[in-house]
Amino acid sequence: MSRPNGQQKTPHFSRDQELKAYREMLLIRRFEEKAGQLYGMGLIGGFCHLYIGQEAVVVGMQMAIEEGDQVITTYRDHGHMLACGMDPKGVMAELTGRRGGYSKGKGGSMHMFSKEKNFYGGHGIVGANVPLGAGIAFANAYRGNGRVCLTYFGDGAANQGQVYESFNMAKLWKLPVVFIIENNKYAMGTSIERSAATTDFSQRGRSFDIPGEQVDGMDVRAVKDAGDRVVKWVRAGNGPYILEMLTYRYRGHSMSDPAKYRTREEVQKMREEHDPIEQVRRRLLDGKLVDEDAMKTIDADIRSIVNGAAEFAQHDPEPDESELWTDVLLPA
Amino acid sequence: MPTEILMPALSPTMEEGKLAKWLVKEGQAIKPGDIIAEIETDKATMEVEAVDEGKVAKLLVSEGTEGVKVNTPIALLDGEGAGASPSPRASASPASAPTARGEGPPKASAPSASAPRPLPADVRGEAMAGAETASQTMREALRDAMAEEMRRDKDVFLMGEEVAQYQGAYKVSQGLLDEFGPRRVIDTPITEQGFAGIGVGAGMAGLKPIVEFMTWNFAMQAIDQIINSAAKTLYMSGGQLGCPIVFRGPNGAAARVAAQHSQCFSAWYAHIPGLKVVAPSNPADAKGLLKAAIRDPNPVLVLENEILYGSSGPVPKGEWIVPIGKARIARTGSHVTIVSFSRGMHYALEAAAELARNGIEAEVIDLRSLRPLDLDTIIASVKKTNRLVTVEEAWPVCSVGSEICAQVAMQAFDYLDAPPVKISGADVPMPYAANLERLALPSSAQVVEAVKSVLYV
Repeated sequence: MSRPNGQQKTPHFSRDQELKAYREMLLIRRFEEKAGQLYGMGLIGGFCHLYIGQEAVVVGMQMAIEEGDQVITTYRDHGHMLACGMDPKGVMAELTGRRGGYSKGKGGSMHMFSKEKNFYGGHGIVGANVPLGAGIAFANAYRGNGRVCLTYFGDGAANQGQVYESFNMAKLWKLPVVFIIENNKYAMGTSIERSAATTDFSQRGRSFDIPGEQVDGMDVRAVKDAGDRVVKWVRAGNGPYILEMLTYRYRGHSMSDPAKYRTREEVQKMREEHDPIEQVRRRLLDGKLVDEDAMKTIDADIRSIVNGAAEFAQHDPEPDESELWTDVLLPA
Repeated sequence: MPTEILMPALSPTMEEGKLAKWLVKEGQAIKPGDIIAEIETDKATMEVEAVDEGKVAKLLVSEGTEGVKVNTPIALLDGEGAGASPSPRASASPASAPTARGEGPPKASAPSASAPRPLPADVRGEAMAGAETASQTMREALRDAMAEEMRRDKDVFLMGEEVAQYQGAYKVSQGLLDEFGPRRVIDTPITEQGFAGIGVGAGMAGLKPIVEFMTWNFAMQAIDQIINSAAKTLYMSGGQLGCPIVFRGPNGAAARVAAQHSQCFSAWYAHIPGLKVVAPSNPADAKGLLKAAIRDPNPVLVLENEILYGSSGPVPKGEWIVPIGKARIARTGSHVTIVSFSRGMHYALEAAAELARNGIEAEVIDLRSLRPLDLDTIIASVKKTNRLVTVEEAWPVCSVGSEICAQVAMQAFDYLDAPPVKISGADVPMPYAANLERLALPSSAQVVEAVKSVLYV
């Protein structure tokens, strides 16, 4: 079977698709802004890695998969959880370390999971989730269940050795996994030019004959289109595929990052010219698919969901002290 | 002058083997590299190559002879025309050069304290009393445990280096590929971190992987996946996502393989909440603990021991499960409590037998599980004997023995009539030289001395 060819012209979205993408991306954007705010208020502790700017990647890919397909990612995971349909209240309450959080407050920002939504975390060691994703795909192949596992990681993780160990076995065993490299150009504070000998990450599978392509990760339509083609190809039993999503994070690596390694102008230029949400918003309004009032209604609706989540996350009690000792082992 | 061709050692732990077949005849001329014989051990059949040139003068051991000791002369080579190479020793070498990874790391030259010996009778479990048993090696017992569980549960599979076509680097997975096929018995590339992670991912997705590490030394490449991914996910997910996985392979000192291939990781893993750790000392426990491990919904580490793979003992027929977290009183006694595990049990029981000849009755406890640790059994015994000696091969600092001494001091201080003594490996990287290696490992003599010291005799 031939490999999926890169799309030449920008794919078209229907009105419903545009609206869905807009809503989903806006939810992530507003949620993350609120998380940043709560962090500043001292309500969220530790590390908190915001996804602002990268929303089109996960939303576009989520539009390309089927019920039952799995998702696993690193610690910049809030967007992935919301896109998987996890409840913003449960996610935000986990950020504040409360009992109603997805991990009962024991995981925090970097460690949430939902069996129900096929979201496998939420992993804090750079690169370590890549073999795990290949392992979930291994289970799919073992069972022959036709499921595909989307395994996300960043340009920083793409330099880790275990990523290549996973590439090798995924190709060798034709595992149904899409490796999605979210290239936001900075591994924490080190630009890809300073950390990677080759910066076209889509070609990092060449030694293993894993095909790959670069995708405009700021355009949700391009992401979904690539996702559609590639997920279908992977599902058909052709083995893994690499999608390098060219994207950008507006905020620092984590909340404590002053982001001195790049200029304000660079960030501003991405926001003004490539913002994934603004692109859809413009298409919806310019194409007169919806009017300003309808957009305001959506914005208000999203704000209320996020405010509701923040409200819940601030008032939900901390976990009961007895929870310290639970969930270490399952009863044999 | 004829040169002796000697029975070669084909692995660090081999003491004897069967001379399966001669491939040369008396009077035949041979040159270096010719295959002259086939030798069988319990692990493998190996070919023996000639090292010197000459004519086979006499075959000293006939085909089919079992139990030929290493270094026994098996043939004479007429040195006429062979040039001046009258090397009386080491005239033969295994055809396939052993590698640091394979079943044959550099071969043992001295029959040191490393040979598999039949277990003292009292290593056998009291729980087996009455059960019908058959004698098996630990290697066979482990294999049967996996085979039985794979028959029982289609989600159980085995992956690791050389587990399938090669039949296991230490032949523990012998026959499994034939029975279960390549879908369930999977050879991996030499990428411990990668395949450990794939195993953990498969476990999170609901399968029940058995991940074999060729040895636990190599698992250090994968320790992040074992600890950060396998052990912690259940907790980090608030109980949503567990990982039913078994990591297993040989742990502890091997023989003459030096520092990077000879070490005990018991304390490393016993330290980690979210893991269970077992370390069997005999075939019955090996089978029962491995079966329990495979059925356990948590990550379980089975620390096996290369030296013990060939040791035999009675294993109950039929269903046999040893509960994780329960120590076994291998020998009852009232004068002193000796606590050990894995190969340490062999030093402990040898010492106990020696002490008994002098009227000292030691109670010997085989931990079997290192996490959870069965402190109740230890404390109860110390309250009876009032004296404690721990025995292990690992390094002494922060070891399993350290933890036991600390717990006994905290929980039974008033019952102690002497400070506990901890016997361990020497606090150095494992040396290669045979004499130094012996000094780096504990011995039954050390245990005897330790017991005498806590008894003030």
